[in-house]
Amino acid sequence: MSEYLPSAEAVIRVLTLQDYNTRVVVLGTGLLGLAAGVIGTFMLLRKRALLGDALSHATLPGIALIFLFVTLAGGAGKSLAVLLSGAVITGVMGVGTILFLRHQTRLKEDAALGIVLSVFFGAGVAVLGVVQGMESGHAAGLESFIYGKTASMISSDAMLIGAAGLLVAVACTVLYKEFKLLCFDAGFAASQGSPVIWLDVLMMALVVTVTVIGLQAVGLILVIALLVIPPASARFWTDRMLPLLVAAALVGGIGAMLGAAASALVPRLPSGAMIVVTMTVVFLLSMVFGRARGVLPRYLEHRGLSRRILRQNLLRALYEWAEERSDGHEPLTPEQASGKAMPFGDLLAERSWSIKQLRQMLLRAKGKGLVEQVLGQDDWYLAPHGLEEARRVVRNHRLWETFLIHFADVAPSHVDRDADAIEHVLEPVMIERLERLLGEEHLPPMPGSPHAVAAGGRGADRRGGVSA
Amino acid sequence: MSDKTAIELKATTSVPGASADPVATGAEHPLDAPIAIHDMTVAYHRKPVLWDVDVDVPQGRLIGIVGPNGAGKSTLLKAVMDLVPKASGRVLVYGQPYPRQRHLVAYVPQRESVDWDFPVSALDVVTMGLYGRIGWFLPVRPSHRKAAMEALDRVGLADLAHRQISQLSGGQQQRVFLARALVQDARIYLMDEPFAAVDAATERAIVQILQDLRAAGKTTLVVHHDLHTVPEYFDYVILINMRIVAHGPTEEIFTNDNLRKTYGGRLTLLDEAGEALAREKQR
Repeated sequence: MSEYLPSAEAVIRVLTLQDYNTRVVVLGTGLLGLAAGVIGTFMLLRKRALLGDALSHATLPGIALIFLFVTLAGGAGKSLAVLLSGAVITGVMGVGTILFLRHQTRLKEDAALGIVLSVFFGAGVAVLGVVQGMESGHAAGLESFIYGKTASMISSDAMLIGAAGLLVAVACTVLYKEFKLLCFDAGFAASQGSPVIWLDVLMMALVVTVTVIGLQAVGLILVIALLVIPPASARFWTDRMLPLLVAAALVGGIGAMLGAAASALVPRLPSGAMIVVTMTVVFLLSMVFGRARGVLPRYLEHRGLSRRILRQNLLRALYEWAEERSDGHEPLTPEQASGKAMPFGDLLAERSWSIKQLRQMLLRAKGKGLVEQVLGQDDWYLAPHGLEEARRVVRNHRLWETFLIHFADVAPSHVDRDADAIEHVLEPVMIERLERLLGEEHLPPMPGSPHAVAAGGRGADRRGGVSA
Repeated sequence: MSDKTAIELKATTSVPGASADPVATGAEHPLDAPIAIHDMTVAYHRKPVLWDVDVDVPQGRLIGIVGPNGAGKSTLLKAVMDLVPKASGRVLVYGQPYPRQRHLVAYVPQRESVDWDFPVSALDVVTMGLYGRIGWFLPVRPSHRKAAMEALDRVGLADLAHRQISQLSGGQQQRVFLARALVQDARIYLMDEPFAAVDAATERAIVQILQDLRAAGKTTLVVHHDLHTVPEYFDYVILINMRIVAHGPTEEIFTNDNLRKTYGGRLTLLDEAGEALAREKQR
């Protein structure tokens, strides 16, 4: 077991980037991840992310073929620059084939992608087999382009990768505005004279750059992860374009650096897989905790809203019960409220809530000091604190009802249900508008209900009677 | 609502580009027409969509483009802006080809044509209407944001400027698109189904804006679906079903007879001819 694990000393050396070669590799890969995160964001928003996958697979025949030709011609076939230029040639051919298939035939994009990806990759594997069978080939190592291997990377390779990554990031920064409009509304962009086709070509060229320089670090199978995972993770955290780009760049950059460092520690771990695993952890965390659209915040928000609705319905029921049994339309006083407690049974009949639900709600509201229980009885009334909130809720409800009756031509008999749904989400701005719309005459401190409150509560007709 | 949507626009006086370096036109086409379409045919793949369209759009009118589904209404707008290739014919905007005059034209695409989940705010979208004016590589400046904010106010959405666009209702999204066109302060407005699936408040707001645009001397073309509201909304109509069936002032042109010609019998002689042609080419 110990032979698989790096020594503590080695861990420290790698993490503090003491080793020159490690430093260059980790930083170079980091820049690659950063660039991929940025251009990947635009690709994802342009809904073309999978084009990157077909592109990376289409680089393999180029790598194998150019190695074959250059070696046969007596040249240094294994030079990185030579191999990557071969990758560019067939990669671009692959994308061109997809675009051709899509425009000139009735094939849909996914079919075109599937065909190109598999045909080019298959051809690449075949040529690679031939090359490796050659006696003078020295082809060992070519397959590292499939899975990625930073360990075989020398510092000049890493610098090339880093420089290209930086170039891509700068290009995206300069063209930020143009790319953004292209991704959102290409038709409108074209109507404004934006050279949509050339911008698309340029964006594709930047993806080709990232893909090709990423081949050595993560391998052609996993390059797509570098393009897709960072923006997909970042999307959970923000609804804005600029923060999205920054977050995607960070996820890409840091994920790639950590993955490369892990691979430097344990050379037998393929760096591509390590980078993807690191990024996946970030993705999963983002999916759960992301502030803008994470699963957990959404759940909590939803639960918070339903609880608020239940609580407000409870408060309103208690308020209207006491109001009906007091004089006048002035806001209820604490004395009036506590003097007219509502029996549990009547409360239960008020709405379609279950006994258990209502019990829980009452306990929660009591805990918050909103309601009080008459000593020794199952009768409930509003505490001063709860009365305040109840006044606001009832007022909003009646404002909205009045608006519906006066301005939206809704029959009074339907108003209560409609107002029910909306009053809980009325924002202060909306309430202000309502007050302005309705004018002074509709605005006593507590407007009366604009329709008759059904005797025995709204629940009576819905649930067919009262039972305790 | 009307005070929210009321807009002040400078009245149109001169016609830029009409006199300078005029391009030769067909004999009967006036040079100063906002849009002059000459014998235009448009085809997608092998299927013709518009046949031999030849029409001059009059200045300062509020024009409804009316016809059945697949009649080529949207395509007509797109062809004017060179967004789809023409098989033949050409279009002049105030006497010049579109690329020279695009700063005079504002476009409101169909709402469904974009992904409203896109990570931008309402204000961002409206600001996009100014990108052409801002120019390449240059950033959006506060003055641009202010102009965009005013346009949002004109459609009654100033309160929601910083909402992410997926949090807006369909009608509000449509008004954001409208604001993006308004901020361009163009002379010609091309709108693709702005009334599709909007709420009553939005419909009233849009009508008000259309009338304000006409009062300011702008020329507005609106692809429209609801036949009932055509006479109320538009003072000029273009009836279209792959070809121009009729065009002119609403009270003259919007007749039962013309509507029957536009909508009646989906398989007209023209359709059959088109399909025969498509089959021929496929061989």
